[in-house]
Amino acid sequence: MSVYYGQLIFEKSQEGRKGYTLPKSPIKHYELNDKYKRADCPQLPEVSEFDVVRHYTNVSFKNHGIEKGFYPLGSCTMKYNPKINLEVSSHENFTTLHPYQPVETVQGVLKIYHETQKMLSEISGLSKYSLNPFAGAHGEHVGLMIIKAYHESRGDHKRKKIIVPDSAHGTNPASASVSGFEVVEVKSNESDGTVNIPDLKEVLDDEVAGIMLTNPNTIGMFEKDILEISRLVHEAGGLLYYDGANLNPLLGIARPGDMGFDITHINLHKTFSTPHGGGGPGSGPVGVTKELEPFLPAPVVRKAGDLYLIDGKGKRSIGQISHFLGNIGVVIKAYAYLLTNGKERMKEIAKMSTLNANYVKDALKSVYKLPVDKVCKHEFVFDGLKDESIDVRTLDIAKRLLDFDIHPPTVYFPLLFKETMMVEPTENESKQTLDAFIDAMLKVAKEAKEDPEILKNAPYSTPVRRLDEAQAARKPRVKYKDLLEE
Amino acid sequence: MKFPKNLYYTETHEWVKVEKGYAYIGITDYAQDALGEIVFIELPEESDELSQGEEFAAIESVKAASDVMAPVSGVVVSVNEDLEDSPELLNEDPYENWIVKIELDDESELDSLMSAEEYENMSKE
Amino acid sequence: MFKYLPHTHQDIDEMLKTIGVDSIDDLFAEIPDELKQCEIDIPSSHSELELREHFKKVAGMNEPLIPFMGAGAYDHYTPSIIPYLTERQEFMTAYTPYQPEVSQGTLQYIFEYQSMICQLTGMHVSNASMYDGATATAEAMFMAAGVRKKKRVLISATVNPNVVEVVKTYAHYRGIDIVVVDEKDGATDFDDMKNKLDGDTAGMIVQNPNVYGVIEDFEGYSDTLKEQKALFIMNHDPSTLTHLKTPAEHGVDIAIGEAQSLGVPLSFGGPYIGYMATTKKLMRKMPGRICGVTEDVDGKRAYVLTLQAREQHIRREKANSNICSNQSLMALFVTIYMATMGKKGVYEAQQISYNHAHYLHDMLLKLPQFEKAFDKPFFKEFTLKTTLDVEKMNRALREKGYLGPLSQARFDENKEGLVTFAVTEKRTKAQMDELIRTLGEL
Repeated sequence: MSVYYGQLIFEKSQEGRKGYTLPKSPIKHYELNDKYKRADCPQLPEVSEFDVVRHYTNVSFKNHGIEKGFYPLGSCTMKYNPKINLEVSSHENFTTLHPYQPVETVQGVLKIYHETQKMLSEISGLSKYSLNPFAGAHGEHVGLMIIKAYHESRGDHKRKKIIVPDSAHGTNPASASVSGFEVVEVKSNESDGTVNIPDLKEVLDDEVAGIMLTNPNTIGMFEKDILEISRLVHEAGGLLYYDGANLNPLLGIARPGDMGFDITHINLHKTFSTPHGGGGPGSGPVGVTKELEPFLPAPVVRKAGDLYLIDGKGKRSIGQISHFLGNIGVVIKAYAYLLTNGKERMKEIAKMSTLNANYVKDALKSVYKLPVDKVCKHEFVFDGLKDESIDVRTLDIAKRLLDFDIHPPTVYFPLLFKETMMVEPTENESKQTLDAFIDAMLKVAKEAKEDPEILKNAPYSTPVRRLDEAQAARKPRVKYKDLLEE
Repeated sequence: MKFPKNLYYTETHEWVKVEKGYAYIGITDYAQDALGEIVFIELPEESDELSQGEEFAAIESVKAASDVMAPVSGVVVSVNEDLEDSPELLNEDPYENWIVKIELDDESELDSLMSAEEYENMSKE
Repeated sequence: MFKYLPHTHQDIDEMLKTIGVDSIDDLFAEIPDELKQCEIDIPSSHSELELREHFKKVAGMNEPLIPFMGAGAYDHYTPSIIPYLTERQEFMTAYTPYQPEVSQGTLQYIFEYQSMICQLTGMHVSNASMYDGATATAEAMFMAAGVRKKKRVLISATVNPNVVEVVKTYAHYRGIDIVVVDEKDGATDFDDMKNKLDGDTAGMIVQNPNVYGVIEDFEGYSDTLKEQKALFIMNHDPSTLTHLKTPAEHGVDIAIGEAQSLGVPLSFGGPYIGYMATTKKLMRKMPGRICGVTEDVDGKRAYVLTLQAREQHIRREKANSNICSNQSLMALFVTIYMATMGKKGVYEAQQISYNHAHYLHDMLLKLPQFEKAFDKPFFKEFTLKTTLDVEKMNRALREKGYLGPLSQARFDENKEGLVTFAVTEKRTKAQMDELIRTLGEL
C-alpha cells in the first residue's frame, strides 16, 4: 500500500505553504467594515501545487473507472466516453462565455443547443426539446410539471394521480411526489415485468394525470403492449411520460413518440456518452409533443432566420427550472457524439448493445437464475445463483467481482426479485471483454459452491475492504473537523 | 423469531403492551429483522397526541426506512430516549425496548389488534 | 465496423450461436412492425478530422467578451491543474460511488468538499452538491416546508430574480405559496418581513450579497424567524465567505448557493454547482448525497455514502427530494480550487476582487453619468444609477471587447437606469481604466 494512502488534503497542510500565484495588483487596499466580517478565517489547506497534484492523483487511484475495466451497471449505460468530445468542448470559445453575453456573440453555442434539440427530436419522435434540465431526475420533475400545467390549462384540476409501475426506479415516484402528485402503483406481469394491462385498466380513471414508463423496462423487456397502453391512457385523458434511462437499444429502431409518449427525458450521460463524473454533471433534456411545446421551461432557444435567439418565459411555460441554460458543457459533448456516430450508426448502437446483453445472459443462465428467460434488450436481470441451496447473496457475488477488476452489476434493483443483479454491457465492449466477464462470473459461482466464505469476506484486493456502514450512519462524521473532535 | 404472548400486534409490525392503563408501543422482531441494522429513530415528543393508524416515528436502517404507526390512540407520556443515542437497541431486543408510552384513549381499540398467534401466522405467509 | 463498435463478423456469428438466433434482427422481433418503420434524419457520421473542422467553425461563431458582469456567474481565475486533475478517467468516467470499495477516490473528495463547504459556511454538514444555486435554493424551500409541515415560504425581493423564478416554479406545482418580501434601499425590508411572517410560514429565503451586490445586515432575522418556528435560509456566494460573516454566525438553518465562484469557468452557464449545508439538527432532513467516515473490516479509515434512508431510492414517493445525479465532478473542481488556492489564496483572490470593485466604483462615481443607487456596503459587485442609455453603453463596451454591467431592467422594467458591475481579480487596472474612459466619453 502506498505511503500516500488515506490522508486527507487537510492532513497534508503546512502553515505558510502556497500552491498558487496571482498577479500583483496596483490597486490600493480597501478594508471591509468589521461589522460584516466573520470571526475566524476558514481553515482551508495550505499546500504546494505539487502536493495538490500528487494528492489527487493518488486519490484517483482508489476509483474504478470505465477506462480501467468493465463496468456493466444496469440502467446506467456505462459507455466509453470519447476523448474527442472532451477536446472539442474544452475550446475556450465555449468555456469563457458569460451566460448573459448578447446572443449575437454566442451564436456557436446556441447553434449546438438548437441542433442537439433537433437531433433528439428526430431520434425520439417528439416535437421539441428543452436542454435545460440538469439530470434525469430533474427531467422527470420538469416533465411532470408539464403534465400538471397541461391539465390545469384545460381547467381539469382533478387529475392528481400518476401511475408508476412497481418495477420503476425510485426516482419516478419521488419525482411525482415533489411535483405534487399522488403515486398509484401498478403491478408488473410476473412473467416478464411488463405492465399488467388488466391492473392498469383498474386504476385508470378521470383522476389520472399520466403514467411514467421506462421502455424497455427495468428488466430489459420491451413493453410489447405499448400501443395498447398508450391508447388506454390517452382514452382516460392521461399523458404518457417516457423515462429515457433505457433508450439505448431503441436508437434508430423505434421511437417513443411513435409509441404514443407525450413527454420524454433523455439522459445524455447514458445514451449519448457524456461522462458520469462520479455522479454528475449529467443532462436530462425533456422533449414534448407539438401540443405541449408551449409548456416547456424557460428560457427557450429558437432559430429565427439565420439567428439563434433566447426567449424568456412564455405565457403557458411551466417557468424557469435552472438559473441559465442547463449543463451546456455536457450538451456540447453529446452533440459531438451524435455527429461522430451520425444517422448511419444509431441502429448499430441499439443492435450491438442488445446483442451483447443477450450473449452474456445466455452464456450465464445455466448457472445464474434468470427469472425472465426471454430475449432482452440492452440489459437483463439475474436473481442470484440458480442453485438456491448455496448460501451466498447477490451482495457477496458483487463484492467478489471487485477482486477481478470488474465493477459489479447494479444490485437489488429493480425490487421485483429478491437477489436482483442487473447487467448492462453496452455496445462498446468487445467479445473478449464479455468472455472475460463470463469467466469471472462462472468462477465466482464455482467458489460460491465450493467455499462460500471466499465470497462472504470479499473483496480482498480493493483499496479498502467491506465497510461498516451502520457505524457511519449511527454517528455521522461528515467533515474533517468531526475527525479532530474525537 | 419471537412472538411474546402477552402483547397485541398490528399488520404493520408494531406491538402494544398494556400496563395499568398505559400502553407501551414498539416494533416487532420481524420488523427489526426486515429493516436490518437500525441506525436512527425519529421520536415524537411528550404530550403529542397519537391517533390510531397515524405515523408517529420513523426508523432508518442502512438500506431502508420505515414509519411506525400508532396501533392505538392516546397521549404520549414518555419517550424512550435511550434509542436516540443507541437505536441499535431495537435490533438487540425489540420487545424490551419500547418506543413510546402512551395514556390510552380508548381500550376498545385493542380489540382491533392481533394476538401473538394471529400475528405469527400472518408473518409466516 | 466503427471505432466505437468492436465486433467482427466472426464475433457476431459466434455470439448469435450462443444466443440461438439467426440474426440480430431476431432480437427485436417483439417490437411491433409499425413502430420499426422509423427513419432518422440527422447528419451523417463525421470522421474525427471533419468533427474538428466543424467545431472550429462553430466555436468561431462565439465571441468571448471580457466580463464586467456577474449576476450569478463570476469570472475568477482557474488554476491550470484543476482541469488536468478533474479530467483523469478515474474521476470523470466513474459512476456514483455505490460500491464504496472501488469508489474511495470519489468518496474522499466528496468528504473533503463537504469539509471545505462547512469551513466556509460554518454549518455542521454539507451535502455532496446540487445542480446549481437556483435549484439548491428551491430544494431548501422544499426542505423547510417538509421539516415544518407548512406550505408557505417567504423570499426577499433582493434575491436574484432568476433564483426567485426557479423557487416559484418548484413551489407552484407542489402547492407551496411563495410570498415575496419587499426591498427597501437595496436591501430586504425587515419590517415587511415581520408583517408577512406568521405561524404558517415554514421559512424565509434571503441572498447575500444580494442581487445588487449589497452586503445585507441580518441583525434580528434569526430571532424573529425562530419565534414563528420558521427556518432561516440564506443563499450566499461561498467565495465571499473568506471575509463575510458566515451563515452560521447569522443563525441560518439552511445555507445554499452557487459555488461557481470558486474557480469554475463561466462556460455559458453550466455545468456549475449548487451547494447546501445545514445544522446538526436538520442533517437527516437534508436532500442529496452525504459522505461519511467509517472503517473497513481491517479497521482502515474509509468513506461511504451515508444517511441514505433520506433518499429517493429508498423512500420513493415519501422522499422530500427526487435528486440523484448531482454535479459531483464540479464538487471535485471546487475542492481542488480551494486546495490549490488554499487558505491564503482564496482570501487573496477575494480581497483583490474587493479592492478592484471598490476602485471601479469610486472612479465611476467621479463621472457625471453615474451616481450611487444605494448607500450600502458591497463586495465585488455593485449597483449604480446611470443617465446613460444602457444599451448604447453596452454596445460601446462590446466594441472594445467587454461585457458591460447587468441592467436591472432585464428583471424589472421599473429599474431602468440601474446597472450592476462585477469585478474580480482577473480584471486588470488597464481594463478598468479603459472601461472608465469609454463610459466617460459617452
